[in-house]
This record gives sequence, structure tokens and C-alpha cells, in this order.
Amino acid sequence: MIPALFILFGVSMSLIGAIGLTRLPDVYTRSHAASKSATLGVLCTLIGTLLYFLISEGYFSIRLILGIFFVFLTSPVASHMIIRAAYRSRVPMAETSVQDDLQEYMRKKAGQAER
Amino acid sequence: MFEILMIVALSLLSIAILLNIYRAVKGPSGADRVLALDAIGINLIAGSAVLSVLLHTHAFLDLILLVGILSFIGTIAFARFVERGVVIERKR
Repeated sequence: MIPALFILFGVSMSLIGAIGLTRLPDVYTRSHAASKSATLGVLCTLIGTLLYFLISEGYFSIRLILGIFFVFLTSPVASHMIIRAAYRSRVPMAETSVQDDLQEYMRKKAGQAER
Repeated sequence: MFEILMIVALSLLSIAILLNIYRAVKGPSGADRVLALDAIGINLIAGSAVLSVLLHTHAFLDLILLVGILSFIGTIAFARFVERGVVIERKR
């Protein structure tokens, strides 16, 4: 029963992430919804699968451990790369956002590069 | 009971993938689309894990690692393309 709880929790986390990806206003907040909750969701689902095979058949899957490790390592990196590319190609923020600290730094750096 | 729970999990995952497809089709910028496609890849990993539990087989566990690696490489390539306009830079 514990694997089913893990799997259902992970799947509902993925669903919440997808709802956030649909409803939030701009690409930065959408990344916040998608990357964190999707990573937590898929990790819980894979741990539930591992526990299921361990409990029902006594089979400990090394490939599943590798998959968990790889997803845990690469999913935040991929999300970070996408958002860095979006900021550098000047995707606009939502109109309700109030602060952009990185803009001054990027402008100063561009000024240094011109000099 | 367990199989009913797994079928419910698969339906929730397919609803999540449908919402992600909506964002991938509609998304105003390219980064939105890449983000949605990355989330679709991650949901596919979870879906193959749930399917292998539902069918009592180990055959899909290779697929998890494979889809994870392919999704990561595709996302990195698309991020470089969005940022610089090329995927592979040639320095002379």
C-alpha cells in the first residue's frame, strides 16, 4: 500500500505542476511551477515503483536507481538553462512583477564590454 | 484495488500531459514551449514507471533512463538554440 501512496502523491504533484504551467502569467513563474513540482513528482513516482518491485518480488532495480539519480541531477539544470536563455533573449516579464535586480547588473556588464 | 489506483494515476498523468501540450501549442515565447516539452518528457518518465507497475514487468525500466537522457539533451540543445541561434558553435 505504501508504493501506491508514493505513486499517487507523485502523480498529483505532476498534475499540480501542469496546472501551474497553464495558469501562471509569464515564463519565469511557469518555470518555478514546472521544474520544482515535476521533479518532486517524478522522484516520488520512481521511488514508489522501486518500493513496489522490492516489496512484491524482492527485485532491487539498479536501473531505476540510476534513473532516479539522473532525473534528480539533470532536471533543475535543464530548467536553469532554459530560463537563462529566456532572460538573455529578453523574454518580457509579467506586467505585475515589481523588481528586476539582474537588469542593472547586465547593463553594467554590457557597459564594461563597450569600454 | 491496486490496479484501480494505478489506472487513476495514469489518467491524472494524461491530464497533466494534456495541460502541458496546451502550453506547448499556445506559449507566447519559444522558452515557454521548450519548458512545456521538458515537462512532457518528465511526465512520460513517470508514466512509463506507473505502466510497468500496472503490467508487473521490468521491461520498461530501461525506458526511464533512456527517455531521461534524451529529454535532457534535447532541452539543453533547445536552450542553446533559443539563446544564441545555433546549436553547435564553431570557433575558429
